[in-house]
Amino acid sequence: MSGCSKRCKLGFVKFAQTIFKLITGTLSKDKIEDELEMTMVCHRPEGLEQLEAQTNFTKRELQVLYRGFKNECPSGVVNEETFKQIYAQFFPHGDASTYAHYLFNAFDTTQTGSVKFEDFVTALSILLRGTVHEKLRWTFNLYDINKDGYINKEEMMDIVKAIYDMMGKYTYPVLKEDTPRQHVDVFFQKMDKNKDGIVTLDEFLESCQEDDNIVRSLQLFQNVM
Amino acid sequence: MAAGVATWLPFARAAAVGWLPLAQQPLPPAPGVKASRGDEVLVVNVSGRRFETWKNTLDRYPDTLLGSSEKEFFYDADSGEYFFDRDPDMFRHVLNFYRTGRLHCPRQECIQAFDEELAFYGLVPELVGDCCLEEYRDRKKENAERLAEDEEAEQAGDGPALPAGSSLRQRLWRAFENPHTSTAALVFYYVTGFFIAVSVIANVVETIPCRGPARRPPREQPCGDRFPTAFFCMDTACVLIFTGEYLLRLFAAPSRCRFLRSVMSLIDVVAILPYYIGLFVPKNDDVSGAFVTLRVFRVFRIFKFSRHSQGLRILGYTLKSCASELGFLLFSLTMAIIIFATVMFYAEKGTSKTNFTSIPAAFWYTIVTMTTLGYGDMVPSTIAGKIFGSICSLSGVLVIALPVPVIVSNFSRIYHQNQRADKRRAQQKVRLARIRLAKSGTTNAFLQYKQNGGLEDSSSGDGQALCIRNRSAFEQQHHHLLHCLEKTTCHEFTDELTFSEAMGAVSLGGRTSRSTSVSSQPVGPSSLLSSCCPRRAKRRAIRLANSTASVSRGSMQELDTLAGLRRSPVPQSRSSLNAKPHDSLDLNCDSRDFVAAIISIPTPPANTPDESQPSSPGGGGGGGGRASSTLRNSSVDTPCLLPETVKISSL
Repeated sequence: MSGCSKRCKLGFVKFAQTIFKLITGTLSKDKIEDELEMTMVCHRPEGLEQLEAQTNFTKRELQVLYRGFKNECPSGVVNEETFKQIYAQFFPHGDASTYAHYLFNAFDTTQTGSVKFEDFVTALSILLRGTVHEKLRWTFNLYDINKDGYINKEEMMDIVKAIYDMMGKYTYPVLKEDTPRQHVDVFFQKMDKNKDGIVTLDEFLESCQEDDNIVRSLQLFQNVM
Repeated sequence: MAAGVATWLPFARAAAVGWLPLAQQPLPPAPGVKASRGDEVLVVNVSGRRFETWKNTLDRYPDTLLGSSEKEFFYDADSGEYFFDRDPDMFRHVLNFYRTGRLHCPRQECIQAFDEELAFYGLVPELVGDCCLEEYRDRKKENAERLAEDEEAEQAGDGPALPAGSSLRQRLWRAFENPHTSTAALVFYYVTGFFIAVSVIANVVETIPCRGPARRPPREQPCGDRFPTAFFCMDTACVLIFTGEYLLRLFAAPSRCRFLRSVMSLIDVVAILPYYIGLFVPKNDDVSGAFVTLRVFRVFRIFKFSRHSQGLRILGYTLKSCASELGFLLFSLTMAIIIFATVMFYAEKGTSKTNFTSIPAAFWYTIVTMTTLGYGDMVPSTIAGKIFGSICSLSGVLVIALPVPVIVSNFSRIYHQNQRADKRRAQQKVRLARIRLAKSGTTNAFLQYKQNGGLEDSSSGDGQALCIRNRSAFEQQHHHLLHCLEKTTCHEFTDELTFSEAMGAVSLGGRTSRSTSVSSQPVGPSSLLSSCCPRRAKRRAIRLANSTASVSRGSMQELDTLAGLRRSPVPQSRSSLNAKPHDSLDLNCDSRDFVAAIISIPTPPANTPDESQPSSPGGGGGGGGRASSTLRNSSVDTPCLLPETVKISSL
C-alpha cells in the first residue's frame, strides 16, 4: 500500500498546484519541453604516434579501432548511456546495464563521466596485450567499486549479481536466489588468504596467479583484434 | 545486430577479462581467427558505377546482403569487385545506411521501387530513419490506397492477443476495456448503453405532468407520482444492472486501488448510491426532503456514456487540460464583476426603490450584463449608472471573448493529436513486434548454435556441420563470449519453452526432452566442479541413470529418435541458410532429440569417464509434440545420422 499512499501524496500536491494556478490565473503550461541542445563536445585524440607509443597496438589496429569508435560516437567521447546500450547489444538475453556501469567506471579512470578514445584504447591495450600482472590489476580495479583499494563482500556481491543479471531469466538450471551468494562465498574462500573479510590487491594477485585455470584463461583474449 | 556493433566486439570481449577471477570453471578456448585480415577496401560495381568502401563498413550489419556471405554470390573474380545489376541511384542510399546507420528515403523516387531495392539488399523498411520516416510512411500509404489495396487491416489494430491460459480476471478486464474483442463483450457493451439511456429517459419522463384520471378538478401530476410502481421497477432494474457491472469491473480490475480512485468508477458509485440510500431511509417527511435531492444525482448516469463515446472523453480531457485557461477566465471575470458591481451600487445608491440593494445584489446585474444576456430585471436609472452599465457590457464582451479561442484551439489540437496517436499506436505495435523478432533472432542464434553441436571440439573438424563452420568471425567470437559467460556463472542460456519446462518438470513421470551433445572437454579437477555445479553433476547423473533405467515412454522414444533424427528448426541466420540444401552427411545441423524422463531421485554421480558437455536442453520437444515454439518449424524432415551418436546408449 505504500505505493498507493505515495501516489496519493503526489496527486494531492498536483491538485494543490492546479488550484494555485487557477487562482493566480497563470497561462503557462506544465510541460515545457525544453529541447536541450546536446552540446557537441568534440574531442580529438592525441596523435597516432603518441598512442602507438603508449599502448601495445600497432598503427593499423589503432586505425581500425578509431574508425569504429568514431562511427559510434562522432563527438569523440562515450557517455555512460551509450556505453550501456552498446554493451547490452551483446547480451540480448538479460540485463547488462549494471555490469556495464561498473565497466564504465573501470574504463573512466579519471572519473569524468565520459570515456575518451585514449582511455578506451589504454584499457583495451591492458586487457588484450598486457601482462598477466597488469590484467589482474585491472580486474581488481573493476571489482573495487568504491576504489578504496580493498574488495569486500558487498562489492563482490554487486559484481556477481550484475554478471548473473546478464544471463537473463531463461537459464538452465533455474537461477536460484542464493546462487550469487554462494558464488561469492566460494570466491572469498579462495581469495581471502588471511580470512579478514576483505581482499587486498596482493592477496588477489597471489591467489589468481596460483590458479592455473585463471592464468590460462587470461591468454584467451589475445587474438581478439 | 544493429548499428556498428561488430566494431565494438573486441572491446566487449576484452571486458570479459573482468569475469576471469570469478569463473570457477576454465573458460573455453577462443575461436581461431583464420587469417588476420587487415581492413581492405572493397569495390562494389552497381550497373557500372563503382562504389568503394571499407570491408568493415559493410560488416556492420551482418544480417543484410552486403554484410553477410551472400555477397560472395555476386563476386566477380576477374575484376575483383562485387557486381550488382541494380539501380545505382538507389544504391547510394543503401550504402549510406551502412556508413551512417540511418536509412534515408529519396524524395524523388517511387516508393515502390525503393521498397524493392530494400528487399533485395535485405534491409527492413523499419530501418528508415526518423527524419524520413513519416514521409516514407505517408507516401507508402497514399500508394497503397491508390492501388486500392486493403492496408487498413494493419491499422485497424485489434487489441493485443491475450496469452493463452490467462485468468478469467484478465479476460474479463480485457472484455471490458475493448468491447470489440468478443461478441459477448460487445453485447454487454450495448446492453449497458441501452440501460443507461433507459434510466436517463425514465428520470426525465417521470417529471412530465401526465393528465390524471378524470376527476374534478382535473389535476395534473407528474408521471412519476402517477405510476410509481412502474418507475420504481424500471429504476430497480437499471440499478441492478449498474451494480452488477460495477462489481464485475471491480473484480476484474488489475489494480483495485487505482480503479477505485478513477473517475469512471466514482461516477458509477454516485449513480447507484442514491437508490440504495433511498431504500434504507425510512419514509418520514423530515428525511424524504433530503432524499428527493439525492435523486438529483441520478442524472450523473448520463456521464456513464463517456465510456461509450470517445468524443466525450476527449471533451473531458480538454477541459482538464485547459484548466489554466478556464482558471484565468474565471479569475478575470471575478475581478471585473466585483469592480463593476461596486461601481453600480454606489452609482445607484441615491435612487429610491432601487434594485441595487447591496453589492452582492449588484453581482447579478453585472454578470447578466457582462455575458450580454440582459434579462432586464435590474436596470440602472441614474445617468452615471447607465454610463457605467454600458462600459460594463462592452468590457464583458472583451473579457469573455479572449480566452475562449484558446480553449477552442486546445480542443482542436487535442482532438487531432488523439487521432494521430491512435494511428501511431497501431503502427508502433508492428514496429515493436519486428524489433522483438530481430532481438529474438540474435538470442536464438546462440541457442541454435549450441543445438547444432557448436560447442564441440573443433578438433572433430569434419564432424562439424558446414553451417557451423560457415559462421562469420563475428558470430564465432560473439558465441564464444556468450559461452564464456555461461561458464563463469555455471548456468546456461535456454529459451522460454525449456525454461518453463524445467520449472514444471521436476516431478515423477514428467517428461522433458533434452538434446545432448557428445564430445568431452578437458576439465579441471572434478572436485572443483562438483562443488561449483552440483546441479550439473546431478543432471548428468540423472541422464546416466535414466538411460539404463528409464521410466515410461522415455526409452521407446529414445530408440525411435536415435533412428531418425528430426530436422532442426528454421535457421535464424543467413549463414545457416547456406547449409540447408545439402543433405549429405554432416552438413545438416540437426537437433538431436532425445527424450528422457526425469526421475526425481538424484543418484550420486557414478564414475564419470567422460565429461559430457553442458548440453543445451533447448533442442528437444520432438516426441512431445510441442509445436508452438517458434523454433520448431519442422517443415523439412531430412533425417540424418551424425557419426557421433549420443553415448547414452552406449552405457
